[in-house]
Amino acid sequence: MIDGAAAIARGALDAGCNFYAGYPITPASEILTHMLRELPKVGGIGLQGEDEISSLGHCIGAATAGATVFTATSGPGLSLYSENIGLAIMMEVPLVIAISQRLGPSTGAATASAQGDIQFMRWCTSGGYPVIVLSPTNIPESYHLTNRAFKLAKRFRSPVFIATDKETVMTTESVAESEMLNAPNWPAILDEPVDKPLDPYQKNGTIHHYTGSSHTEEGHITKDPEIIAEFNERLKNKIGDQVDEIALVKTDLQEGADTLIISYGVSARSMETAVNQLRDQGEKVSALTVYSLWPVPEMKILGCLKGIKRVIIPEMNHGQYRHEIERLANENVDLIGVNRVDTFLITPEEIIEAYYG
Amino acid sequence: MVEPILDTYIAEENLPYEFCPGCSHGKVLGALSNSLKQQGLDPSEVVIVTDIGCVGLSDKYFVTHAFHGLHGRAITYASGIKMQNPELTVIVLIGDGGCGIGGYHLLNAARLNTDITVLVFNNFNFGMTGGQHSVTTPLDSITATTTLGSTDAPMDIAGTAKVNGGGFVARATAFDKDLPDMITKAMHHDGFALIDIWELCTAYYVVRNDFGRKEMMGYMDSMNMESGILQETERPSFQTSYKGIQEQASKQKPMSGLVLDTNFSSDIEKPVRIVLAGAAGQKVVSAGNLLASAATLSGLWTSRRADFPITIQTGFSVAEIVISPEPVLYSGIIKPDVAALIAPEGKAKIARLTKTMEESDTIYFADGLGDVDSPANQLPLEFPESAKKEVHKNISALTAGYLTKQLNLFPFEALQEAVRQIQKPKIAEINLGILAHFE
Repeated sequence: MIDGAAAIARGALDAGCNFYAGYPITPASEILTHMLRELPKVGGIGLQGEDEISSLGHCIGAATAGATVFTATSGPGLSLYSENIGLAIMMEVPLVIAISQRLGPSTGAATASAQGDIQFMRWCTSGGYPVIVLSPTNIPESYHLTNRAFKLAKRFRSPVFIATDKETVMTTESVAESEMLNAPNWPAILDEPVDKPLDPYQKNGTIHHYTGSSHTEEGHITKDPEIIAEFNERLKNKIGDQVDEIALVKTDLQEGADTLIISYGVSARSMETAVNQLRDQGEKVSALTVYSLWPVPEMKILGCLKGIKRVIIPEMNHGQYRHEIERLANENVDLIGVNRVDTFLITPEEIIEAYYG
Repeated sequence: MVEPILDTYIAEENLPYEFCPGCSHGKVLGALSNSLKQQGLDPSEVVIVTDIGCVGLSDKYFVTHAFHGLHGRAITYASGIKMQNPELTVIVLIGDGGCGIGGYHLLNAARLNTDITVLVFNNFNFGMTGGQHSVTTPLDSITATTTLGSTDAPMDIAGTAKVNGGGFVARATAFDKDLPDMITKAMHHDGFALIDIWELCTAYYVVRNDFGRKEMMGYMDSMNMESGILQETERPSFQTSYKGIQEQASKQKPMSGLVLDTNFSSDIEKPVRIVLAGAAGQKVVSAGNLLASAATLSGLWTSRRADFPITIQTGFSVAEIVISPEPVLYSGIIKPDVAALIAPEGKAKIARLTKTMEESDTIYFADGLGDVDSPANQLPLEFPESAKKEVHKNISALTAGYLTKQLNLFPFEALQEAVRQIQKPKIAEINLGILAHFE
């Protein structure tokens, strides 16, 4: 019996996280309390900042001094993280951030689940540079994807989000122990960074300048247009060129199906129930669960769209990921959203209704 | 006297400074270099964290490590660096602008007491962006954004650090001959140290307000903001305090999941969705956990959601439990199969749910909570006669026992075992006593 908050905290600790700073917010506070209680036990540091801005500031500072850092918040906190996420991108600091989504906008319904921050995570800071976003659908995946997020953060020296939600973080469930202990059969993330590893500040180490301004390889501020262009292209390409390595999905394709259901996070669980029921009724239907929401795993999605005439996309927002599918799907494909923003989870029945149209 | 290892900490190849003629910033940077020389620090053990504004141009003039982050946040990065690697000497260079936008970080860093030194380059306005007013702009001053005179009360930066627990707080000017010594004292302080260094911005503030050195000193007097060390007190730095916390914590066991073995069995064929609706203080969520754990002990799959207001000990408390022979995918409850109403607050809270229930569903209600607006079958919670005096204090545990008997989803022994395995011994003893009424 475990909830998502404990699974995420355990995933972070097992990934070697030794520094956490965060600010209380429903429904992410449980992650904060777990981390602040657990880190000092293993010689790490966990603290509550005076706000989200300082919390992420502490994390970034600690990371440049060699810490493996983690933080968690919800949508309103992500607003305050925004500027420092830009700094982490610019300084190329590995950073894992769990976003436990609640229903917005603004304070919204703080204790209701939602998936309304999917695009916000992708575009949360100025410049539009890519970040990596992973979304677990259940508790074992919360653990394993958190672990994976740390590997990706190190490899790409980039912020990596875990897009979760109130339902997954705060619901206690029975889980098979083996699913927690045994890593899923996912492609491995390589250990070595795609570019240079982060060399932390240390006594008797090489002198480092880390800066949020456009800079040369040595960290010196530059206004040289060629150097700036080259740096910015590299920031974009280091993730953009590795989409296939980052891409992680679960496909459940049925031969002869012309309907594909695509979902992610907690809504993918309702999708699975709906698909089982539809198949019990003799229907042919395929399903795709997207774990790596950003960068969009385009090749994987295109592969699943072959022969598909209709796509149903259940998500707890007004259709944010549907836009991504729309630009990939051929214009003859019907796109149907199943959307809810009324505090309730999407039910399997709604997906079945959408199927029968 | 420490043996100097470098003659200067200024990266001379980057000189001259690009500050405006007459700007005080270069003087303070020189004083910092002299202080580092006095202390004989290796450049690799020093991190200079610069804020935004003209002072943010400073990092390239040092041969030490440097960090140049976002406006007002320099102090937060510095604390993070120091916390992670206490071997490093961390110095923040920040302007009056940074102390405005990052004021909350400033006062909280003083409280947090990380062992960092903050040098405030306080020149009474924003230099880099064209001389707009800042938090320290003197009353009636002319700036780009107060063309008819500033009306805001100026902030006392040193005073703010002082009243919020800053261990070493001083006020100085860029013209002080002993500034390097003052900086050295601040850096030697074990904990948060701040020097509010008053300066001249010759590009804007000086020319718009006829404010030279003499006027600055006069202003200092008129505000009763004396220079020198304002506070010097010892209290354990964050590093010291946290080391104590780590030592205590290292004796505690790491977190572990609740592992339940399957010792019982169940033959239910489809999921059952149960809602317990009560009030705060009735231990509704705890009863929900007991039912979910008993089901898990019986080889079933469960989810348990809790819903309660943000305040505690008041209002409704609702537990939603799904018990299923297959892993629970959809954990929501739009229509319960079973609802138990044990307080008016809970009854009202789930009225929308109970209304959707059908004739084949059952609502159990405590005394006075019947007559639910629902087609569901409605039955009173009939606790054993011997348990009547427990109803007031322990209705949730009684309801868990009653539902277990009535619904027959798993053996009653599984519920008793759940009590033993998941509850603290004292509470388990009470609850086992309550469940004994059903035998």
